[in-house]
Amino acid sequence: MTDSADPDTLDHTPDWQLGKSHRKVDAMERMRGITRYTDDIKLPGLLHCKILRSPHAHANIVSVDTSRAEAMEGVFAVLVGAELPIPYGVIPWTPDETALAVTKVCYVGDGVAAVAAIDEDTANAAIRAIEVVYELLPAYYDPQEALAGDHTINPFARRGNLSKDVVLEFGDVESSLDEADLVVEGEYFFEGTTHGAIEPHCAVAQVEPNGVLTVWSATQVSHYLHRELAKVLERPAHTIRVIQPPLGGAFGGKSEPFDLEFCVAKLAEKSGRPVKCLYTREEVFYSHRGRHPMRMRYQTGFRQDGTITGVAARTYLDGGAYSSFGLVTTYYSGQLLCAPYNFPAYRFHSTRAYTNKPACGPKRGHGSVQPRFAIEVQLDKAAIALDIDPIELRRRNDIGPGGETINEFKIGSNGFLECLARVEAASSWSERRAKLDYGRGLGVAGSTYISGTNYPIYPNEMPQAAVQVCLDRSGRARVFSGANDIGQGSNTMLAVIVAQELGLELDDVRVLSADSDLCPVDLGAYSSRITLMVGNACLDAAQKLRRKVRAAVAKRFEIPARRVTLIARKAMDLEDPGRSVSITEAFQWAEADHGLLGEVGNYNTPKDRHGSYRGGTIGASPAYSFTAHVAEVEVDADTGVVEVKHIWVAHDCGKALSRRIVEGQIEGSAYMGFGEALMERHDVDPDHNGVHIGPSLLDYRMPTFLDTPELHAMIVEAPDAQGPYGAKEAGEGPLHPSIPAIANAIYDAVGVRIDCLPFSPPRVLAAIQDRLELEDAGESPVFKAGSRGRSDRRSA
Amino acid sequence: MLRLPQFGVELPADIAGVIALLRAKPGARIIAGGTDLLPNLKHHLETPETLISLAQVAELRALDERDGVVQIGAGLTLTQLSEHPRVRELFPSLAAAAGQVASPLIRNMGTIGGNVNLDTRCRYVNQTQFWRQALGGGCLKSEGNVCWVVPGGRNCVAAMSSDCAPVLISLDALIVLIGADGERVVPAAKYYKADGLRHTVREDGELTTQIRVPVPSGPRRSAYVKWTVRKSIDYPLVSVALRFDLEADDVHAPVTGVTVVVGVLGAKPRIVSKLDDALGKKLSDPAVARIVSEAVHKQCKPLENVPYEAPYRRQMLRVHTRRAIEGLVAAG
Repeated sequence: MTDSADPDTLDHTPDWQLGKSHRKVDAMERMRGITRYTDDIKLPGLLHCKILRSPHAHANIVSVDTSRAEAMEGVFAVLVGAELPIPYGVIPWTPDETALAVTKVCYVGDGVAAVAAIDEDTANAAIRAIEVVYELLPAYYDPQEALAGDHTINPFARRGNLSKDVVLEFGDVESSLDEADLVVEGEYFFEGTTHGAIEPHCAVAQVEPNGVLTVWSATQVSHYLHRELAKVLERPAHTIRVIQPPLGGAFGGKSEPFDLEFCVAKLAEKSGRPVKCLYTREEVFYSHRGRHPMRMRYQTGFRQDGTITGVAARTYLDGGAYSSFGLVTTYYSGQLLCAPYNFPAYRFHSTRAYTNKPACGPKRGHGSVQPRFAIEVQLDKAAIALDIDPIELRRRNDIGPGGETINEFKIGSNGFLECLARVEAASSWSERRAKLDYGRGLGVAGSTYISGTNYPIYPNEMPQAAVQVCLDRSGRARVFSGANDIGQGSNTMLAVIVAQELGLELDDVRVLSADSDLCPVDLGAYSSRITLMVGNACLDAAQKLRRKVRAAVAKRFEIPARRVTLIARKAMDLEDPGRSVSITEAFQWAEADHGLLGEVGNYNTPKDRHGSYRGGTIGASPAYSFTAHVAEVEVDADTGVVEVKHIWVAHDCGKALSRRIVEGQIEGSAYMGFGEALMERHDVDPDHNGVHIGPSLLDYRMPTFLDTPELHAMIVEAPDAQGPYGAKEAGEGPLHPSIPAIANAIYDAVGVRIDCLPFSPPRVLAAIQDRLELEDAGESPVFKAGSRGRSDRRSA
Repeated sequence: MLRLPQFGVELPADIAGVIALLRAKPGARIIAGGTDLLPNLKHHLETPETLISLAQVAELRALDERDGVVQIGAGLTLTQLSEHPRVRELFPSLAAAAGQVASPLIRNMGTIGGNVNLDTRCRYVNQTQFWRQALGGGCLKSEGNVCWVVPGGRNCVAAMSSDCAPVLISLDALIVLIGADGERVVPAAKYYKADGLRHTVREDGELTTQIRVPVPSGPRRSAYVKWTVRKSIDYPLVSVALRFDLEADDVHAPVTGVTVVVGVLGAKPRIVSKLDDALGKKLSDPAVARIVSEAVHKQCKPLENVPYEAPYRRQMLRVHTRRAIEGLVAAG
């Protein structure tokens, strides 16, 4: 734990590194194209692995005959599911998938067998030579149909096709709704989206001469991969080394083990050669673990003044064939929604079902992006019904800092009101909103997100994060961290903290991360935990070193240590700034006094910030970020095309350690949510054997530069006592309001509610035409009547 | 990454060399930019033993104007075509269409000859071999013998998805083919066939060498309208080429001729008929936009062969046609 009460540590010169716009520590390599990603790893004798996948959505495996493949020239090893029968799962309570299918296949794309061959073409030919006899089973593509169906999809499921069911109630919801002046009821559907990281999953394995198995993988959770490899391969963990090379994007899509990692490891053991597997783009879609489709029914009670009286939610989650993080997702779909608005009473009932589809899991904003859409549209509907400005309605429900949510989570700092004020001002909301013509609209939404979870995925009492920092006599620092830099900039964040504490430039800090042989364990890049947790651990280690260096300088300057500061590659007397020594010499003095300069830092979460009920730990975080968006849209009433012109995003990240990276996370999040709102669709086709509707980047439409709105990122800083220098998360929270802000802006533009994602042109056009019919029949007021000529539009 | 099938590559230096190779190696495929062919090969829609590259055939990359005809070498890239000053001046709808194909990177590689010969596309065809196997064993255009778009259909209705083809038809362009028997010239309007498996009249032994577009003999307004979900990369979902010949160089002048060609229906672009009611009316007369867009809507029936619902696309044909005409009028 950091000891911020130590007066020796309180002399920061805050603007030395903190809050500046840094170039990421790996930026130049990436920009010059010399970064070595996992697929760039080439080893002598490397074999290539291909995985045979099921063309059926649901079938028993009657037999697998690999003899023809094994006999092929250039084939070194063949693997079938029965050789790795131990089930795994990133959540220890739900191990329900095997490296390859053993008895049955559960979706189109499920892995059945794997080969390692001299090259990719030979491997592809070999998997085609494997003969699998299937016995087809009825497939389920809808969660409620699956729950009612006779056939159990997942071979390890214990309750039919029920994956998880959570009911939690806080306060008296029924009377809160009964007593409300207004109850808004809505049904919402989120169709499902995937991550679309540019780098496909890739893994390489090699058994070293000393018997250690090294696995390089494009993963964002090296440690969980390490654990599951040990389990499934039945190999002691100390004989496995996991290395995460630089990553080309992840977004949650690489946050658990996948079939390819087990396959290359086992095939390397079997063949004695290094083995690589690189997914095709199609396989990336099949591995999925993207956002769950959710069908959500919401009732929200309001008083006349716009304050919420209670919320009731009923949600079905379409889980796909495996659990993945689904247990957590099911909780998150209810647990993460109790801020930034005060819910006096709240009930959610979330049910996750298995279906014959690629498994769903965590995508940026895990679990709460879908219900956030519903909640924020509910608020907007209430604002219209009660004739209250939607921003003002949100202000009136602000939960504020320092309190507790209805589900007993402790809120620390909270900059939500400032976020609202910033987007309100930047978008000229008050001046413009009422004046926008038909077809043009502004919408607002808010959100909160966690900065890591209080409890690790597997129960243990060890620190959640640990970092080792060493200084050397050349004036440099080395940081050893298990954290996975997935492009979010965590390596840079560590360098900033060390540079800040030790007076270094970022170039003086070398961060070695995510190599299980060299670095302390970290739990990985998920739930937006790294800045807060690993940052705190790093700060702990860096401050210990700082004390040693300052003491050594103070001794030689013959001044108290508190007068020594480390800044600009110098150790300096604060009261006589002309008196200084180079940081290199200062480090040498410290090494002379203390021996080799190395320290470890630890961080563990506070254990008093969660609910006292079963499930009350899930979703509790040391600190919460807050976000507000205003989106401006232009809706073409003849075509249903929605163009998002601007998104103003204000995000409370506590403290921006590195400004440009935070802005990048804010913009990237808003962009991702915008794409999900308007065009992205991950689904299978029930009418065509459950094939994916288009597993390619041509058919899965992610917005291009030309489609992307102007994104205005604004940093709000409400420092939280739990975070390093007050920092909270910035990588996932800013996504949440994207979708509902756009939905609400569409309403503001043309007076229609699109409660079903994505807001595709046919869907928007149909809603507009439905409204026009009602208007023509006199059953609905004419929306924005003053700014539109009706007749010409009908002629379309 | 998907693997290409193995093939040999020939690099002839001139058109004659290409023709000789086409004859010597039946089944060989011609490759210029490769932006259509290579993805199709990765999807194992075909597995030619030989690709005949046009990379060295410089004579395909000329653009000349002769006797009232602009002769566009088939090897010009779409970027070159869309930026060519003379093309922009004489054939703005062609420059617009070429400039809207896919993305800048693809236009830098893809050629006009390739775009004219773009293979037909279908949501059930342009997928991986594995996907088509999971679908139930491909279709008429791949490994199977069924049609997933028209149940029971025996004729492939994969969509002609070239941005330039409807425009070239609307401009009375001619496609020049050279084969072992010499040159033949086919009007663009007769170049396409309603068969998704073989949607052009080009023979296997022939090379598209040139596209000839007559210089307008009188005042004209033309437009190309494309709608797709994204503003870059995507193939068209709505694709309409329009040409109005006018009595004088003024949008208030009477219309003397009108040609409208619609793509992305079946395998063949559709030349919209029964537009005579628009003749004699001023282009700026709202009746023209109404008559033409209604005719397009009536005669063009999109199929479920590309993404986004066919009824929606049909509705959009009307909207976008009307808007394109209104745009021409507004531009003066």
